[in-house]
Amino acid sequence: MARLAEYTSSRELLWNLTLRELRGRYKRSVLGWTWSLLNPLSSVLIFSVVFGFFLQVQPPVGHPSGLHNFAVFLLCGLLSWNYLSGTMNASMDTLLGNANLIRKVYFPREILVASTVCSLLVTFFIELGVLIVILLLLGNMVLPWIPALLMLVAIQTVFVLGLGLLLSVLNVYFRDVKHFIGIALQALFYSAPIVYPLSVVEKAGTRTSFPLVRVYELNPLVRMVEAYRDVLYDLRFPPLHDLLYLLAWSFGLLIAGLWVFGRLDRRLAEEV
Amino acid sequence: MSTTPAITVDGVSKRYRLYNERNQSLKATLMRGRRARYEEFWALREVSFEVAEGSTFGLIGENGSGKSTMLKCMAKILRPDKGSIATRGKISALLELGAGFHPELSGRENVYLNGAILGLTKRQIDQRFDEIVDFAGLEHFIDTPVKNYSSGMYVRLGFSVAINVEPDILLIDEILAVGDADFQRKCGEKFEDLRSRGKTIVIVTHALANVRNLCDEIALLEHGDLRRVGPAADVIDEYIGDVMSKRINAGERGDRWGSGEAIVDHIEMVDTSGEPVKRVRTGDAVIFRLHFSATEQIEQPVFGIGVHQLSGVYVGGGSTRDEEKVPEKMDGTGFVDFRIDRLMLVPGTYDLSASVLSYSLTHTFDYRHRTFRFDVESGTPRADEDGMVALGGTWEGQALGP
Repeated sequence: MARLAEYTSSRELLWNLTLRELRGRYKRSVLGWTWSLLNPLSSVLIFSVVFGFFLQVQPPVGHPSGLHNFAVFLLCGLLSWNYLSGTMNASMDTLLGNANLIRKVYFPREILVASTVCSLLVTFFIELGVLIVILLLLGNMVLPWIPALLMLVAIQTVFVLGLGLLLSVLNVYFRDVKHFIGIALQALFYSAPIVYPLSVVEKAGTRTSFPLVRVYELNPLVRMVEAYRDVLYDLRFPPLHDLLYLLAWSFGLLIAGLWVFGRLDRRLAEEV
Repeated sequence: MSTTPAITVDGVSKRYRLYNERNQSLKATLMRGRRARYEEFWALREVSFEVAEGSTFGLIGENGSGKSTMLKCMAKILRPDKGSIATRGKISALLELGAGFHPELSGRENVYLNGAILGLTKRQIDQRFDEIVDFAGLEHFIDTPVKNYSSGMYVRLGFSVAINVEPDILLIDEILAVGDADFQRKCGEKFEDLRSRGKTIVIVTHALANVRNLCDEIALLEHGDLRRVGPAADVIDEYIGDVMSKRINAGERGDRWGSGEAIVDHIEMVDTSGEPVKRVRTGDAVIFRLHFSATEQIEQPVFGIGVHQLSGVYVGGGSTRDEEKVPEKMDGTGFVDFRIDRLMLVPGTYDLSASVLSYSLTHTFDYRHRTFRFDVESGTPRADEDGMVALGGTWEGQALGP
């Protein structure tokens, strides 16, 4: 309870640290904020050429939207993925990067992770904004679905905050966690239907007696990407049980993250 | 002064791990089945005392006595392994000035950032902003990125934010010597102001002369144990009389600390022709030659020396910064001379300390405390051995005859 009171009294600090990260990230770079758009756009270009053109991956037709466009199909999943991988990577650096602060000043250290997540959330919103404009230009009337989109972003933010808390503090004690996560991220990227549609996995499932689809769908990332795509690409509400599944994961991760962080935080000033 | 404690330290113990084999990789941990091999070391053992509200409290002790650890526990940066610390009111710790400044951001943005880190709301910073900038004397540079600040400006701004937090309890770790003389005077006034308004101040320091004047009460720590706590004068007398003499009798000269990127290799005493000498006489010209070596390039190093009597009384000293002779950078090996045209020490035995510090004096590369011992013999002017310095004056007047 005392911790909760401390968090709420640290709102100003969270705001200032987030501003610091945002300003620090884009200050003194010629393109400034456009950097945050260049990165996903270059990924879209690469994946569109390799998967859309060379491998001829067919994007599904949006139902009920009727949209049929590989680049947009890709973006709807990719942005959420970028938010996830970005926060995982950045949260592992945030405690070590602020070692000097941790050794010299007291404040709830969770705020550092939270500010990292917040600063990437801002980037995520900018990217989503651009995606919405693209969708509207293509005739996908996505505006009524924005509340549902915000709900998904909120769920994912809880998810990445929990994950970030876990990874940030683990990486202080074991500095090679970052390398393991680097490998894991590569696998995770292809474990979710980002560059390919879910139907590909369903088709593969018929070729084996292994319950492939069922195992595949245990991965919360699969449901996350699908939910974003439901809202943005198909223009429909994601299945309720998927949302509940994601919520359970998100709050489970947050609770685990806070618990582990609270335990390992005791000797943080000595270990960083 | 009220007698309610502002800080109650109750049976605090703090254990550090001294790693023999530090292993920070998950891979090695899994392969060997353990994370690290370490010895435990108690930096503090069962320390209990109270700091009265509105008092100025000193923590003194040798290096490694645990006084800085104690301060960090009070600031909640470290958590004690046993015992507890209860504090009343808002705490601000001056452990490092400008910790958390972002080099790319302007002074203005950093004031808000640093203020928030120290627990101020935006509105509180708005109210104090002018005062903070004015105190630091940086009106013209406040919108410049702090990476373009000199180290003096940087530290001044950090200090100014920290002191304007208006804490109920202020924790200070040996940073009273910040900035130029004018800024130091302002700091002194600010401390007096805080004291007179009944704020509690806790200071960790080596500078005993300061402590005696500043502090109401002092806790003396020795190897993590609380040796004594009580009125300032009593504790300091015990410290000087007992601890210092014991150390000198045991021949334990030459405490040394610092990060080691640049070190004072050895110290020579030479005469004006550069010949090494063992003894000097009062009134002689003498040069203390500090041979240094740097393993990497050091920016704006400051050399300093200090002379102590055997009893521990600090006689005097000086630094290259005082004379504004600070090179932009330094590496390799070489020496610097501290030349004294007339050595005005009274006959006796003295210890010389030598140091290399960063320009802001907040970072120590090498500090060799009382590392070089030398004797001064009777010379001209003749000086009373009971005194501290030869005044070098001459008597005049008709009554004294032609």
